[in-house]
Amino acid sequence: MGRKLDPTKKEKRGPGRKARKQKGAETELVKFLPAVGDENFKRLSSRARKRAAKRRSGSVEVPKPNKSPGIKTLPGELAKGAVQARGKKRPAPTSNSDGDEEEDSEEDGVANQGDLWGSEDSDADMVDDYGADSDSEDEEEKLLPIERAALKQKAREAAAGGQWSEEETDEEEDGPPAPRPSKDDEAEGGLQINVDDEEAFVLPPAEEMEQDAQAPDLQRVHKRIQDIVGVLRNFGAQREEGRSRSEYLNRLQKDLATYYSYGDFLLGKLMEIFPLSELIEFLEANEVPRPITLRTNTLKTRRRDLAQALINRGVNLDPLGKWSKSGLVVYDSSVPIGATPEYLAGHYMLQGASSMLPVMALAPQEHERILDMCCAPGGKTSYIAQLMKNTGVILANDANAERLKSVVGNLHRLGVTNTIISHYDGRQFPKVVGGFDRVLLDAPCSGTGVISKDPAVKTNKDEKDVLRCAHLQKELLLSAIDSVNAASKTGGYLVYCTCSITVEENEWVVDYALKKRNVRLVPTGLDFGQEGFTRFRERRFHPSLRSTRRFYPHTHNMDGFFIAKFKKFSNSIPQPHTGNVAAAIPSEPELKDQATPLSENSGQPTKGAGGAAKAKQQLGRQQHPRKPFQKLNGVSKGLGAESTAPSVPKAQVSARPQESSQPDGKAAVIRKPKMARKLKQRGPKSKSSKEAALPKQKAPPKGVDSETPVVPSPSEISPGLKDCGLSLGKTKKIEKAKQQLPDHPAKTNASLKEDDAPKGPQVPTGSPHGSTRPPPTKRRKFVKKGSSQP
Amino acid sequence: MRPLTEEETRLLFEKIAKYIGENLQLLVDRPDGTYCFRLHNDRVYSVSEMILKLAANISGDKLVSLGTCSGKFTKTHKFRLHVTALDYLPGAEQSFLYGNHVLKYGLGRITENTSQYQGVVVYSMADVPLGFGVAAKSTQDCRKVDPMAIVVFHQANIGEYVRHEETLT
Repeated sequence: MGRKLDPTKKEKRGPGRKARKQKGAETELVKFLPAVGDENFKRLSSRARKRAAKRRSGSVEVPKPNKSPGIKTLPGELAKGAVQARGKKRPAPTSNSDGDEEEDSEEDGVANQGDLWGSEDSDADMVDDYGADSDSEDEEEKLLPIERAALKQKAREAAAGGQWSEEETDEEEDGPPAPRPSKDDEAEGGLQINVDDEEAFVLPPAEEMEQDAQAPDLQRVHKRIQDIVGVLRNFGAQREEGRSRSEYLNRLQKDLATYYSYGDFLLGKLMEIFPLSELIEFLEANEVPRPITLRTNTLKTRRRDLAQALINRGVNLDPLGKWSKSGLVVYDSSVPIGATPEYLAGHYMLQGASSMLPVMALAPQEHERILDMCCAPGGKTSYIAQLMKNTGVILANDANAERLKSVVGNLHRLGVTNTIISHYDGRQFPKVVGGFDRVLLDAPCSGTGVISKDPAVKTNKDEKDVLRCAHLQKELLLSAIDSVNAASKTGGYLVYCTCSITVEENEWVVDYALKKRNVRLVPTGLDFGQEGFTRFRERRFHPSLRSTRRFYPHTHNMDGFFIAKFKKFSNSIPQPHTGNVAAAIPSEPELKDQATPLSENSGQPTKGAGGAAKAKQQLGRQQHPRKPFQKLNGVSKGLGAESTAPSVPKAQVSARPQESSQPDGKAAVIRKPKMARKLKQRGPKSKSSKEAALPKQKAPPKGVDSETPVVPSPSEISPGLKDCGLSLGKTKKIEKAKQQLPDHPAKTNASLKEDDAPKGPQVPTGSPHGSTRPPPTKRRKFVKKGSSQP
Repeated sequence: MRPLTEEETRLLFEKIAKYIGENLQLLVDRPDGTYCFRLHNDRVYSVSEMILKLAANISGDKLVSLGTCSGKFTKTHKFRLHVTALDYLPGAEQSFLYGNHVLKYGLGRITENTSQYQGVVVYSMADVPLGFGVAAKSTQDCRKVDPMAIVVFHQANIGEYVRHEETLT
């Protein structure tokens, strides 16, 4: 737009020097546009009125006939000479317009069109009567528009000032078709007036529409934005009768999209995330670039020395803040900051302030093995290396070969020696190599936090992009989690970060990972920044998401960013529904240890199950961290305590779907409760074996006190294990597990399964058939029965 | 990625010897562990053993770089040193005292309008005289050459007091 349009700036008047200076866009425009409006505000003399009318009629006359077909109501209404629904103007005009037919408010009958006109009029009166009124009314009476305008003006002045804007905005919000034609008229009229006051300028409606689309009056749009925000701030008091909040919001969304050049999708997303006042600030902040920041390379120099050297070269800089020990912010520079000898010698790296945060959160220690999954262009990798003082090993990976070249260059320039650079798709980890102490995942995202760097994001992102990014991020995050070694002595941490502010790419992905893997969120160690959302519109996330951090351009003056820090507490992967063997690794011994002593107490066949069950129960009552272990491997592990491989139980389970359910003493008993549960869950499914098992199941549970309560709980716990992330830290794990039982029939099968005991078909068959989820209440009841029995 | 062959190792050390003299040990023995050279895609990388272990897991076509790139072998099997090796060449002062020529990267200051092949006195940055030499390039040319070019031919240095005692008198 050229000079920034800021309607709040006042121009200087008078004979002084300041008045002679060329003024900003807003004042220049004022000269052109609202001249008529000014007129309207004054009481016009008759001659002035005539002149004004002539002007308007000249410009309007020609278009009018063209317009009339398109905008039927206008001429129609005008012909009526009656009640133009000037929407809000009703109260005011009616009070004043004794003889003014047009000021009558037509209600909803012709609401749209009337309001259309009304809005036009009101707009015109306020800013510029682009001749729309005069168009319609010229045919009738030339003086009327002026008179009307003048009267309206009076009426408006009589009414509260605030009502104006409300009225105006309300009017403009009426029906989508309405504003457009009115805008067309106004715009066209405005253009005409701008160009040629006196000449009749004929334009067909189509052209008018185009013109309007091409040249929306940004000043008016901006004013409208402010008005709508003002109304919405105090909606109860300032709203227009009959206008819903959503109409205001829709109008606001369109206006914001126009004013700031956003696509509708992205703006809608932003409106969901931010309250209105913040939204405007956010949009404004995106128009302005963030300050340049750099990070001292402590491998080669100190911040003090570097600052001194740069100041000597003519760079104006300051330390970045209390939170950063190596950051500097550059205010201005007489030399290119990316080409100084210090830069070439590798003394510093140009890096955004928000990009320093994930590495600070990761807190890499010396002699660790770190994986940076999406490392290009290498700023974070080099920061990690300098924190580690070039010890340990960093594997810097990126999927983009072009950008990897910059990584190589940067790392060599900065003197980083402990890094291997690879070119894998991040999802191929940990197959390639795993067992890292810490992992940093700066996932590719939609870039909605760095709009100030790349304005194209405003328009080229839509729903599909965001969801595609979210999908990729989920995959990458799961791979990253699997690459962390939970048993690491000093680590076991993962930092996930994006430069996006949408919830789909941030909290949703993190929540997904919590459900799918044995991780939990821990505080990032950053003491500033906004907490992540724990709920957003219809979604609910895990409460620990409060420890994630969001950064915004308008609050922290750094690029939009999201950071989450995970701690992995078990290397095993929770099993999916299908009953596949879980990749359980180090936690097995723990489970077995717990299971075996317990199992020794119970009967032989039920050893595994009972042990596992008991272990689980105990675990359930005990601290949560253990539970996940147990749960994950638990069902299979506990039961498989006697078996060597975790896969064995599962294999057995699945391998013997056809086996008849033989009540194998306690084993069957154990299984039965689960099976019974399952049967109940399935409801409609009826397998004779299952049904047959039912009575058995019921009986044995009662008979075997120790087992029944145990059995249900572990089996219930096991399904719940999958959601260990969520259920961690919850005292109601068991209940959760119970609820989740139906979701994970496989697990229950596994848990029930014992090596010795032939698994009934019911249990294994249950899983392959997938789980029909019984109402949770059923489970609880069943479980409670079981538990109450002993 | 593979270790260097005998031939390649010889070429590499010969080249480096031109710059830092016979003290190749400096390049290999470092305080933080033994470093080795590995060849990957015709480039020579200097890596520590710990990195080597991890890098072995990366498949060859996906490995882009490891440790520090010292230089590369051209198609005709000549070894070309890269600027990336700069950090690992020892300081020019030390090197001069061992009898090596002074390279551009070790040049801190040089008198204006020194012509080529003019005799020069070599000082350390702290203005301690170190010895004599002959300017290999004029001052103007010194500015233009790459950092690994020789700028002063060595003639005599104070290190000889220690190293070449028997030849002094």
